[in-house]
This record gives sequence, structure tokens and C-alpha cells, in this order.
Amino acid sequence: MSPENSVHATHLTRKFGDFVAVDQISFDIPKGEIFGLLGPNGAGKTTTIRMLCGILTPTSGQAHVLGFDVARQAEQVKQRIGYMSQKFSLYNDLTVAENLGFYANLYGIPREKVKPRMTELIEMAGLRGHERQLTGDLSGAWRQRLALACAIVHEPPMLFLDEPTAGVDPVSRREFWEMIYTMAGRGVSVLATTHYMDEAEFCNVIGMMYRSRLIALNDPDSLKDAMQGVLFEVDCHEPVRAEQILKDFPAVQDMAAHGVILHVIMSDESEKALLEKVLQDNGIVVDRIEHVLPSLEDVFVSLVDQENRLRVRAEIE
Amino acid sequence: MSIAIESLQLIKRYPGQKKEDRPAIDTIDLTVESGQLHGLVGPDGAGKTTLLRILATVMEPTSGSARLAGFDVIKQSEQVRARLGYMPQAFSLYPDLSVMENLRFFADMNGVPRGKQKEHIEELLEFARLTEFTSRRSENLSGGMRKKLALACALIHEPEILLLDEPTTGVDPVSRRELWQLLAKVIERGVTVVVSTPYMDEAERCNVVSIIYQGRMLTTGAPVELERQMPFKLIEVKAKPRGTLRQVADKAEGVIGWRAVGDRLRLSVNNPIDAQARIESDLKNAGAEISILREARVMMEDVFIHLVEQQEKQA
Repeated sequence: MSPENSVHATHLTRKFGDFVAVDQISFDIPKGEIFGLLGPNGAGKTTTIRMLCGILTPTSGQAHVLGFDVARQAEQVKQRIGYMSQKFSLYNDLTVAENLGFYANLYGIPREKVKPRMTELIEMAGLRGHERQLTGDLSGAWRQRLALACAIVHEPPMLFLDEPTAGVDPVSRREFWEMIYTMAGRGVSVLATTHYMDEAEFCNVIGMMYRSRLIALNDPDSLKDAMQGVLFEVDCHEPVRAEQILKDFPAVQDMAAHGVILHVIMSDESEKALLEKVLQDNGIVVDRIEHVLPSLEDVFVSLVDQENRLRVRAEIE
Repeated sequence: MSIAIESLQLIKRYPGQKKEDRPAIDTIDLTVESGQLHGLVGPDGAGKTTLLRILATVMEPTSGSARLAGFDVIKQSEQVRARLGYMPQAFSLYPDLSVMENLRFFADMNGVPRGKQKEHIEELLEFARLTEFTSRRSENLSGGMRKKLALACALIHEPEILLLDEPTTGVDPVSRRELWQLLAKVIERGVTVVVSTPYMDEAERCNVVSIIYQGRMLTTGAPVELERQMPFKLIEVKAKPRGTLRQVADKAEGVIGWRAVGDRLRLSVNNPIDAQARIESDLKNAGAEISILREARVMMEDVFIHLVEQQEKQA
């Protein structure tokens, strides 16, 4: 394997009895890259992370993390990675400084190095002046930053984040990702799981997981570019009736009502006028039609549809 | 247009909260017009759930008043309840009852006449695409299906107003999409819907949005209007090396500020055409390689961040 890859997984598979939780996934995370693993609950994201952290042995396939085999060298892997779980494993009845001290001991940081490292982390996480505050009294965003600080107390070159920003407000979320980017800039590699598509925008490369398999692997822009057709956002009265009207219209490739907004996928940007005319001819009041870039959610849903169609076809045949 | 919901100077302090503490919700004036899909958008702890609980007559405000369908939430709570469907965040479906049994239970509880129940339930099952699963126990449904069943239960007595507390939190993208499609159908039937969400992208799917932050309402308006009212335009840039891009963004003339989204920067500017030209030449002079440079649409998230920053500057 290339020494630049912090993670190198080939045909990684995990079965629980007859159930295949992770089905032959292969991907690399180059040093300093932020990799987002996306997918709904139950897609296999957590099982994948657990195998890469050396907690769960793969049934077949292989994975190397920082050059160590996750099946045979699990201890070496565990010592060298940082892991921040969804539930932020912090002690609520300890202060900020005590939590950091606890993790510093756990990772065997030499005594003389503990103090300067803690000062550095408290600075980074913006927690100065709060060292003596009880962790249980911190807001969600602050607890999250403390959890991150605890996960990197031993300066791991590889960081695993399991749904790191769930429930955190957009301003704090951006600050959080800025910290992640700063670390990546220093060569730390990151794997983050999420089922929030907007969070995935922060990653360099995205792997989309669905039903235990990796159904797409690329950077966010390429994933959007690869989506077929042109997406129009239609702001009109009676979107459900509009959907009915457009259903029989051959130029429309796909569509979905989102609350009061209708998303319509057509083959070409020039069809905007046509779309407007069809709706108006049928008595629909159109306030706005805009060509918009697809979101990663649009990409994901379209890939899932494609997968399901292929599966149904395969079952029929 | 008539008014479905109106609150005046609504304040809620929880027991144990001190006078000097910020109330959970702080003098909220909310107006929701009939037939609208109205979004309450804000992060966790903003006060969305508290506001919805007061409107749903589950909890009384400390002061202020609210009316739903013309009835007072405190003095006429029974009349309000008869016209209201409420889906709390952790919906109390009975896990050991089947889909059908849950629907029947909620129909009885809401006083739907037995004669009407059958037709009604069939229609809701079809609406929520749960017809095939009527005998499945609700504990064995997927997260997305459970939310759909909860929505069907909240609609069982044909309410005029529907209050939904974070129906899409923790729901995967495919089910999330399906729920928003169902909301479109509910709206088309003339029901007024108030939905809370922590996701800024969902706000764009509402007629009107109220942004709530730290108990206060920062603004209310149609998403497109709120986006237009921002005192800046946006351009989006991706270039390598990233450090150079940041240095250029810091120094470039006409750039009000920037934010990073992944490896792109979103720059707020007054004049996007001039700014693009300047950034392009600055980046080229600095030897950077540009892969994206374009005007970007102001999104709800940009609106939220701008308003929060304004708020913080004032404080």
C-alpha cells in the first residue's frame, strides 16, 4: 500500500450471521484528507468505523489504518487513532480540565507534557476561562469541542468522527469544521460519518453507503456534476396538482414536492420556458422557476432510486 | 387571508429559572396565516419545542397569549384541541400495538365517530403508504415509517391546524424527502401547518419562515424574501493552495467577509461581478489554481448566520 494513505480498505466485509452489514467496500483516505461516509441509519457506517478502529474484526477483506492491519494489529491501530463518538463520551460530573486530564492519562501522555498539551487544546477549543466548569453545564457546541479536544489529546494522525455535529447550531458547526480543517492542513486524516447531507459538503471526498454497499465515491462537486439532467426549483401555487400535471409530460425526467417547493429534473436548461408554459396553460400560478445546483441529498436520493430500480429489475429477471 | 395562529408577547420561564436568566421563549409574536406551511427554524435549545407545546395547549405560558383558529390556548383549550393535530418530537405511539390498532386508538381518543373511522383510516394508510403494513407492530417499523404513522395519527380527526415538532430529526434522507412530500399533500387539503426544524435547508421548503434563536424570534418572512433582504451577495471560490485562497480573500477589496464550506470559500460582497474579476486576478497573481469561481445563491443558512452575528454584535 502507498504510505500516503492513512486508510486503505479493500473488499472490507462484515457479516452478522446471515446479515451482511458491510459488503465488500473499498476506498482509500490519503493523508490530510477529510473523508465523509454518508448514508441512512443502518446502512453500515458504524460497522465500517468499528472495523477501521480495530474494535470489530472483518469477516473478509482487508483494511490498513496508518499502515497497520486492523485485524491482526488492532492494538497498534487503537493507540494511534482518535475517535469521537456520537454520544461524546465525556464525564458530566468532571470539570473541563479534569476530562482532558483523564484522557491524557488514558493515552499515557508523559506527565511533563500533560500541562502544555492541555493548555494548547483548551486554547484550540475556545474553552479558556471555563477549565473549572462542570462538563454537564456546558452547551451542546462546547461539549462537542471538548469531546474533540479529548479525542486528539495524544495528537493522533487519524481521526474518526461519528456524526460529530448532530444538534449543533450552524455557527458553531462552522467553527467546528474550521478546527477539523486546520488539523487536516497539518496532515491529520479524518473520517466522518453523517446522515446529514449538508454536513457532507465539508468533506473532500464522499462515500455514499446504502444497504451495506458503497454506491458512490467521489468529491462533492463531481458527484453533483455526474447527476443527470438539470434541476429546476419551482415555486408555484398547488405544487401537488402541478406534480400530477407534469407526471405525464415526457420532457420531465423526475420530480419531487418538498413542502411548497417542487423540484423538477429535465434534460436541458432551455426547457425552463416550456415548463413554465405547461404549468400556466393548466392554470397553475407560477411565482418562480430557477435552475439550481443539486444538493448532495438530491444526488443521494437519485442514486438510491437507481439502485432500487436495478434491484427490482434483477429480481424480476 | 385569515389568521390561523396568533401569539402576542409570549414568554415562558421554567420553574427554577431565575429572573435574570433568559426565558425559554422571550416575547414571541407569531402570526400564521391559514393554509400556509410555516417553518420554525433554529438550533437545539432555541425554544421551538416550548413554543409548540404552548400552542398545542400542553403547557401554559408564563405571560402573553395565543389563539388558534380564534380560540384562546389557556381559556378555550378544549376548542383548540378539537381543531389541532400535534406531533411531538418523541411521539408516543404504542410499540406493542399494530399500525391499525394505533390508528384506531387515536381515532377513539380524538372522538372520531366509529362510522367514519374505517374510511378515514383507509385513506390515511394510503396517504402515508402504510396500507401493506397494517398488521405490523409499530416497534417493528423503520424510523421513517414510524414518523409517517405518527403523522397519520395526528391527522386522524381532520384538524384545521397541524403542529409538527422536528418531524425529520434523525430520519434518513429518503424518508425525509417522503415526509416533505406528505406535507405538500396536507397543505393542499387546506390544513395550516407549523413545522419546526434545525435544518436550514428545510426552511426553503416553507411559505413563511420564522428564525428562532435563544428564545427570540429574529425574523419572519418568505424564504426568498429573507434571502433577498440580505445586505450582500455571495460568490463561491475553490482554489489551490487553500492558504493562498484565504490570504487573497482576507485582503481583496470589496470583500465584506468570508466563510469556509469544505474546501470552498463563500465570500460576501457588494458587487459580485467586480469581486469575481478582482478575486480571479488576485488569485492568478498569487499563483493559485482556480477550480470554481461563480456567484452563489444566498441560502437560509447564510441568512441565519448573518442574523446571529448581528445579534451578537449588539449584545
